[in-house]
Amino acid sequence: MKNYNKLVDIQVDLADGKLSCVSLVQSYLANIQQNQDLNAFLEVFADEALARAAELDRKSGAKGKLYGLVIAIKDNICYQGHKVSASSKMLENFESLYSSTAVERLLAEDAIIIGRLNCDEFAMGGSNENSAYGPVLNQRDKTRVSGGSSGGSAVAVQANLCQASLGSDTGGSIRQPASFCGVVGMKPTYGRVSRHGLIAFGSSFDQIGPFAKSVEDAQLILEVINGQDEYDATAIQNRVASFESKEQRKYCIAYFQDIIDSPGLNAEVRDAFLHLIERLRALGHQVVPKTFPYLDYVVPAYYVLTTAEASSNLSRYDGVHYGYRSPSAKNMDQVYKQSRTEGFGTEVKNRIMLGTFVLSAGYYDAYYSKAQKVRRILSEAVNEVYDSCDFILSPTTPSTAFKLGSKTSDPIEMYLEDIYTVLANLVGNPAISLPLYESKEGLPVGMQLMTKNQHEADLFALSKELMTE
Amino acid sequence: MKIDRSLINKLAELSKLEFNEEDAAEIQKNLGNILDLVEKLNEVDTEGVEPLIYMNENVDVFREDKVKQVISKEEGLKNAPDKDSDYIKVPKVISK
Repeated sequence: MKNYNKLVDIQVDLADGKLSCVSLVQSYLANIQQNQDLNAFLEVFADEALARAAELDRKSGAKGKLYGLVIAIKDNICYQGHKVSASSKMLENFESLYSSTAVERLLAEDAIIIGRLNCDEFAMGGSNENSAYGPVLNQRDKTRVSGGSSGGSAVAVQANLCQASLGSDTGGSIRQPASFCGVVGMKPTYGRVSRHGLIAFGSSFDQIGPFAKSVEDAQLILEVINGQDEYDATAIQNRVASFESKEQRKYCIAYFQDIIDSPGLNAEVRDAFLHLIERLRALGHQVVPKTFPYLDYVVPAYYVLTTAEASSNLSRYDGVHYGYRSPSAKNMDQVYKQSRTEGFGTEVKNRIMLGTFVLSAGYYDAYYSKAQKVRRILSEAVNEVYDSCDFILSPTTPSTAFKLGSKTSDPIEMYLEDIYTVLANLVGNPAISLPLYESKEGLPVGMQLMTKNQHEADLFALSKELMTE
Repeated sequence: MKIDRSLINKLAELSKLEFNEEDAAEIQKNLGNILDLVEKLNEVDTEGVEPLIYMNENVDVFREDKVKQVISKEEGLKNAPDKDSDYIKVPKVISK
């Protein structure tokens, strides 16, 4: 089967009878079969996807917007009657009783869900090496990581195991693996997509978003899944039917000089970034350096706040109502402690401990409250940039995909991978990673555009310009 | 700040987690390192700054408070690790 960049081309071939939904699903299933070593899928809904495809092939009359879209979902997004484990032993056999709002909206527009995708346990990690079901391999170089936490979501699209996927992004978990795998990955504005049915990590950070081969497909998926939801009071209250811009504008794009000067930035990534700045100027956009004195504080603020939220969100896994219960527990306290101790992996426990610390009596003001204040300062500083500019441009990550096992011994080294991506989550902004460059070794290098809250239309417009030129 | 073993024990109790000697030493080290990183936040002057708590501009969006049967009892029990036909079972809480 040919590798379609855009769903619209699939839809044209479906309408012309060159393709059927069944043949599409069959080719993806064959690709999945051939690429099992990548470990992208935790479960393939083969029979069900084929049955739905056959049903869609028989459907007469108007077709949904996502007709012909074969999509897979990160294993922290609930789909009624299907397992969802957050790549954790804790939820190994957990079956969701309801579907997330995002999944319901995909299905309502005739998408076909082909399976659930590996990720870091409870979405905590930047390399997919924290999954209880093993790491996901980068198809470009199988000795390297996929990135994370939505590693399976990125590799599934990279390896054409499906046309698109959903991931979640708490601090870069969509954009960083998209960058490492050479696909488009987009985090919408906080609240743009309902979090109902997304297994919670950091509730004031989490956002569901699309992975795709083209900006057009990412945009289309967001048009389908966004909007208010009576099950999520934090969802933005107006549904946006179209993120298409009416006119092509010349934008003002800011970048932080500190990023270019940083010794942590890989030389090839720096060169690519400088090239992009020149290219934007050649396209008639204005690109201006800005000082942003807070870069060193984004990762610390992020880890205080998200671990605090995680320690609270993950307190629900108590071994009682659902999930893993330790077979050796003899009393209630042991049910809680042993189930959690045996059910959670190391990184999840690290973060629960840190989160519990920053929320505990005597440390709350010094750490948690302090980080919330820094969050406001960051938000105001970013908004100041937007007073004169439309976008903030940076590389998505300081380096290309690293070797499996190379950063697992030092959590902090792994945390610093998030330095360019966490800012968008701290301030709620939409951001996208675009696969614009490659290193000499042939590894993908992603570039990130971030913009004002609810300005996704501009983000898609400039992204499309950059991807097509 | 200095993280000692008694603090690790206290946090483990609050978190309902258990660590053997080796894991406790590892988490003590990790927590110490991450707190060194986090303490950089003290360089930022936050005097008079209000904490940023809510990320969305729309506050107090409620749905109508109506009782709805969303799941059945069977569904509610479906994922329980130990149950009978009506209840989730746990080890005995009160001893005679």
